[in-house]
Amino acid sequence: MLELRKVSKTFNPGTVNEHTALNGVSVTLAEGDFVTIVGSNGAGKSTLFNAVAGDFFVDQGAILLDGQDITYLPGYRRSRQIGRLFQDPMRGTAPHMTIEENLALAYLRTAKHQKAFFSRVSKADKELFRAQLAKLDMGLENRMRQPVGLLSGGQRQALTLLMATMVPPKLLLLDEHTAALDPGTAEKVLKLTREIVEGEHLTCMMITHNMKNALELGNRTFMMDAGRIVLDLKGEERRGLTVDDLLVRFRAGAGKALDNDRILLSEG
Amino acid sequence: MLYIVQTALELGFQYALVAMALFLSYRVLDIADLTTDGCFILGCAVSVTCAAAGHPFLAIPAAMLSGAGAGFVTAFLQTKLGVPSILAGIVTNTGLYTVNLMAMGWKANQSLLRQDTIFTLFRDTGIGGNWYAILLSGAVTVGMGIILVLFLGTRLGLSIRATGDNRDMVRSSSINPTFTITVGLCLANAMTALSGAVVGQAQKTADINAGTGIVVIGLACLIIGETVVGRGSMLRGAVAVILGSILYRVVYALVLRSPIPIDCLKLVTAIVVALAIAAPTLRQWWAFQRRKRAALSACRKQADGKEAS
Repeated sequence: MLELRKVSKTFNPGTVNEHTALNGVSVTLAEGDFVTIVGSNGAGKSTLFNAVAGDFFVDQGAILLDGQDITYLPGYRRSRQIGRLFQDPMRGTAPHMTIEENLALAYLRTAKHQKAFFSRVSKADKELFRAQLAKLDMGLENRMRQPVGLLSGGQRQALTLLMATMVPPKLLLLDEHTAALDPGTAEKVLKLTREIVEGEHLTCMMITHNMKNALELGNRTFMMDAGRIVLDLKGEERRGLTVDDLLVRFRAGAGKALDNDRILLSEG
Repeated sequence: MLYIVQTALELGFQYALVAMALFLSYRVLDIADLTTDGCFILGCAVSVTCAAAGHPFLAIPAAMLSGAGAGFVTAFLQTKLGVPSILAGIVTNTGLYTVNLMAMGWKANQSLLRQDTIFTLFRDTGIGGNWYAILLSGAVTVGMGIILVLFLGTRLGLSIRATGDNRDMVRSSSINPTFTITVGLCLANAMTALSGAVVGQAQKTADINAGTGIVVIGLACLIIGETVVGRGSMLRGAVAVILGSILYRVVYALVLRSPIPIDCLKLVTAIVVALAIAAPTLRQWWAFQRRKRAALSACRKQADGKEAS
């Protein structure tokens, strides 16, 4: 589904701030793969997502999505096929627009409506929104005419998740999307994520600092360090792996210990 | 008194389109678009020149099209060439001065003497009697308001609103902000030009300086309206600008009637605008002062009570 061929990106080349964020990353995701990604701060996890989503163009290499070369496609055109969630729940929704309007915006970007600039949501669409919101189990289906700014962070993140997946994307990118939520809410959003990704059989990549989540969710785990994927665990090798095993494997792969308080703290 | 009301309604409806344009650019799209002054005169000049040539109806779409063109230049400067949005508007505004002279055949003003305008033609139908000018201006403005509210509920309209509401979200969803900003500014300036076109034909004249300061007046109308009607849905916004514009014209007419000398008009306008914009803050301050005084006097009473015992 997604293929990266020797993708590299260096920021501020030729200056003292030169920083190689991606260093020849090559990887292929099969359809329906759910990959969790772990690594220290600055390992290149978010840069990898930004490269795939098109926030910048890579220096070298090629990115293919479903066989189509998207290396030089602008970000807003990629996002018709790539859904994305960020750590900050405020980034994914428009606060002064109602829940219904936010959903309409996400819904109307489908291929069917792509050229129809003046299409509006119908009664049937609104019923669909209501049914989808009910699935979140947060009572949002009765607040559809309220501005999104009134919702809590967890509710906004759940809504963003719904908006990103209502029309199933070819690829879903989750950048620590539960890190800013309280533990209870994070658990709930994570459960929703699992239900939606598995239910829709989506291809998905999720960055997390929680090692336990990284092993529990999905069918594949990447470990990143210094702009490379140093460990790609899947299948038999991944099954039955504990957090301690993971840390040992990381040390072997990266040649150093994983130095991140948040990872160590979240072991339990 | 009736005359004041009639004038206020007529001018209020006509200038409400400027406030509506600012509602779209300043409130919805969150861009301070200073193209407004020049764009208003552009609409006025194109409209009056067309009417002078015997095409009062063609004048209206022509004026709107020219306004959209001005909006496009401002949008192009800020989205494609990286000019900060306020500067982009000022630059376009400066250039428009020459374009406006050109539109009037290199003259500083253009008048309609015997030519038909949409107003004289409408008067001749006999609809509305003495209120014909108000009826026509009102129909144009309310019609435009309805179109705007309906438009903001479409896919493109929602995309424009999201662009002004959350740039981060827009960047990571399939909306091209360059496109939405361009469409939004074209539409806003088409409305400003429409206002100029209607005003020009109503007053049968276009003047190169007729639009100076119109952006401030438009903003005042927008804020007066929002103070009265409140903020929220798009429909509420459209009602607010029309009501605000009429209220502003009532105040204006009262000032004209009062003993305040006419030379002070600009100062009075500035004061009214400043007061309208400051109103929410002043109201908060006043409420806080009252709470504070109440709390202090309660404290004092308690202390007095203790001393007495």
